[in-house]
Amino acid sequence: MSNNKLSLILKGIIKENPTFVLILGMCPTLGTTTSAINGLGMGVATMAVLIMSNAVIAMIKNVIPDKVRIPAFIVVIASFVTVIDMLMQAYVPSLYAALGVFIPLIVVNCIILGRAEAFASKNGVFDSILDGVGIGLGFTLSLTTIGAVREILGSGAIFGLNLGIGDYMPLVFVLAPGAFLVLGFLMVLFNKLAKR
Amino acid sequence: MKSSLKNMVLVLFTITLLSSAAVGGVYMLTKEPIAQAKVAAVNNALKQVLPEYESTTSQTIEVAELPIVTHTATVADKAVGYAVESISKNGFGGAVRLMVGFDAEGKILNINVLEQKETPGLGTKMADEGNVLLLSLKDKNAAEVNMTVKKDGGDIDALTAATISSRAYAEAVAVAYEAYKVASGKQSEAGDVATGATKQEGGKYE
Repeated sequence: MSNNKLSLILKGIIKENPTFVLILGMCPTLGTTTSAINGLGMGVATMAVLIMSNAVIAMIKNVIPDKVRIPAFIVVIASFVTVIDMLMQAYVPSLYAALGVFIPLIVVNCIILGRAEAFASKNGVFDSILDGVGIGLGFTLSLTTIGAVREILGSGAIFGLNLGIGDYMPLVFVLAPGAFLVLGFLMVLFNKLAKR
Repeated sequence: MKSSLKNMVLVLFTITLLSSAAVGGVYMLTKEPIAQAKVAAVNNALKQVLPEYESTTSQTIEVAELPIVTHTATVADKAVGYAVESISKNGFGGAVRLMVGFDAEGKILNINVLEQKETPGLGTKMADEGNVLLLSLKDKNAAEVNMTVKKDGGDIDALTAATISSRAYAEAVAVAYEAYKVASGKQSEAGDVATGATKQEGGKYE
């Protein structure tokens, strides 16, 4: 893989990190990251939809009339989300029980439509897939990090593994205000490190 | 690409047609596994709340205008336990669904939380192993327990800072006990027993 292609993936993780830099898709970010495993599951599901929708949109971009491109993108994205929803329900019911309510929300996640509009509709299929992998990985890593921090601080566990300090931890980090706090501090930290 | 009425209609129609075909195809593929996963989830919950059994019979009983499914576990055609899929709509985040297991004498064997949308870290503790709600009910005869939380004068310890969730839990257990009384034949008039009991030979222990 040439440097150019590799940088397509890397930029999604650092320079154009969807959560900490582009600040897109805040609804699933704040809602699902009550634990590391929930963040990871949401990130992976979003990445799967993003890669597939990017690939298909790059494929059909030349036959879509400009005025109806957004409805066309939404139909493609919504179909993939429905497919993922059914596949998860069938083959990973326990993960579906935890994330079920958030999966349909992937449709309205602005990252997906944003990448379709800003990248896949202007670039080739392979590049669009790489962009999907990069942005998807960036989203997954961010969500897992936020989830892990909130889980440790809020319930004294990591990936469901109890560290035995749960009783001394401030519960607020598992609740909605903690989501904003953790997101804000991680955003500061990330941007400080990324600028170096 | 330039837009004209003709190509806009044509392209959107083609895209929606192909997408619905794809979604329909996946629906047909996953229909069977999804049904199996749901049955497996119920069977798994049954095993956790019931003593060893050979087969279960299910029936639907109406308690407080809610349809409650009860499973009667039998060994050699003798009832050894009852599992009730109970519900309370008064949880903090919506419905709380429990699977409550009784033995033939009405002792509460175990309680499994099937579904809840309570506040993470507070109400969700109702699903943890050995939480105070479960401990104040487990291995007690349901007839001797006043099924409201201590704050309301009952016998059930509430979860810290989650009184509403605890009340919903207590209510669901009380509903389960009502359904148990009907299912076990201790009381026949409380609610209409729906017809069409189904016999299921699954759920055998190794």
